[in-house]
Amino acid sequence: MSYIGIIITYVFISNMILSQFLGLCPFIGVSKDTDSAVGMGFAVTFVMSMASLVTWIIYHGILVPLNLEFLQTIAFILIIASLVQLVEMSVQKFSPALYKALGIYLPLITTNCAVMGIALINVREEYNILESFTAGFAGGIGFLLAIFLMSAVRVKLDKENVPRFLKGAPIAFVSGGLMALAFMAFDRALLANLIG
Amino acid sequence: MFNFLKGLFRENPIFVLALGLCPTLAVSTQVVNAIGMGAGVIFVLIGSNIMVSLLKNFIPDEVHIPAYIVIIASFVTIVDLLMQAFVPALSTSLGVFVKLIVVNCIILGRAEAFASKNNVKDSIVDALGMGVGFTVGLLIISLVREVLGSGTITLFPMGDFEGIIRIPGLYDAPARIFSLSPGALLVMGFLMAGFNWLLSIKKKNKEN
Repeated sequence: MSYIGIIITYVFISNMILSQFLGLCPFIGVSKDTDSAVGMGFAVTFVMSMASLVTWIIYHGILVPLNLEFLQTIAFILIIASLVQLVEMSVQKFSPALYKALGIYLPLITTNCAVMGIALINVREEYNILESFTAGFAGGIGFLLAIFLMSAVRVKLDKENVPRFLKGAPIAFVSGGLMALAFMAFDRALLANLIG
Repeated sequence: MFNFLKGLFRENPIFVLALGLCPTLAVSTQVVNAIGMGAGVIFVLIGSNIMVSLLKNFIPDEVHIPAYIVIIASFVTIVDLLMQAFVPALSTSLGVFVKLIVVNCIILGRAEAFASKNNVKDSIVDALGMGVGFTVGLLIISLVREVLGSGTITLFPMGDFEGIIRIPGLYDAPARIFSLSPGALLVMGFLMAGFNWLLSIKKKNKEN
């Protein structure tokens, strides 16, 4: 698949959150205001792109030649955990303001299914190194798009008179469902029409 | 007993704590997937809770999260390989979500919040309670979604029984949307609201 195809696929058609359900915890947990949602989105995009790159190198450079593919899960989660730690330390050092804004979200990214998910999807789809990186980046942008839209909806919802039992997470899920309904308009046929 | 029951209702991992949502919504299209996923999670949860509880005095505080993650990842690999060997069909339909048990917040959460502070026996009970609570939540969601979305209930084939119960009326004209992604989010939202309502009734009864 062409690179543009990969980008459109992971941003719109197989959107990490709205169609593959990867990264739902931050989608509900960190979408209460727009600033933190966007911060989280950028942090995830960065980690996802880096993780796609590094996991590809480790998988094809070390695990496959040594026939250790079964160690995939352990290797990937360790790579992601150390990558997150690295990002956290460098952000803390170089941009204290950004660290203050993102600080609490960064450790959460380790257990974000989207990061691990894209690494596993890259292996399953047998992407080459550049395709993996593109998929990781596009997946992150898709995540950013969904969480930003969600936070905008939730800021409005705060002012509305929501039924008592639906307040908080339940109404967020219902709004997410309606958003996913809209995203269903993006499908393979659309992609085929766009890039032939 | 308390440790077991709290996972089922008051601290239900899915509806109350809202943990481990990604696999919940993604695999809940068929009841059989929910059972398989639940079994996998219970196994990993028990295994990791036992190991964390046994090793709690040996793991230095600074590296406890990476250490827990390695323990969990090892159990996930075991489950993944076992599923591929013995139930390949289930393994295919769960896809990447078997491997993604490793980032399921419930498991790391229980290791961190419970097993690292309690003895082995309590940790096993806690793991069972949380695991069963997760599975029950998953079953409820998948029942709603499969019955409404495809008009069937898919179970394991046994003897003469082919493994699929067809619901008359719904099977011919199912509301497809419930098997697709928007349906999952909608069902989850309304079930959560229902759970809030049940909990509030219980609280009111206690106060009176």
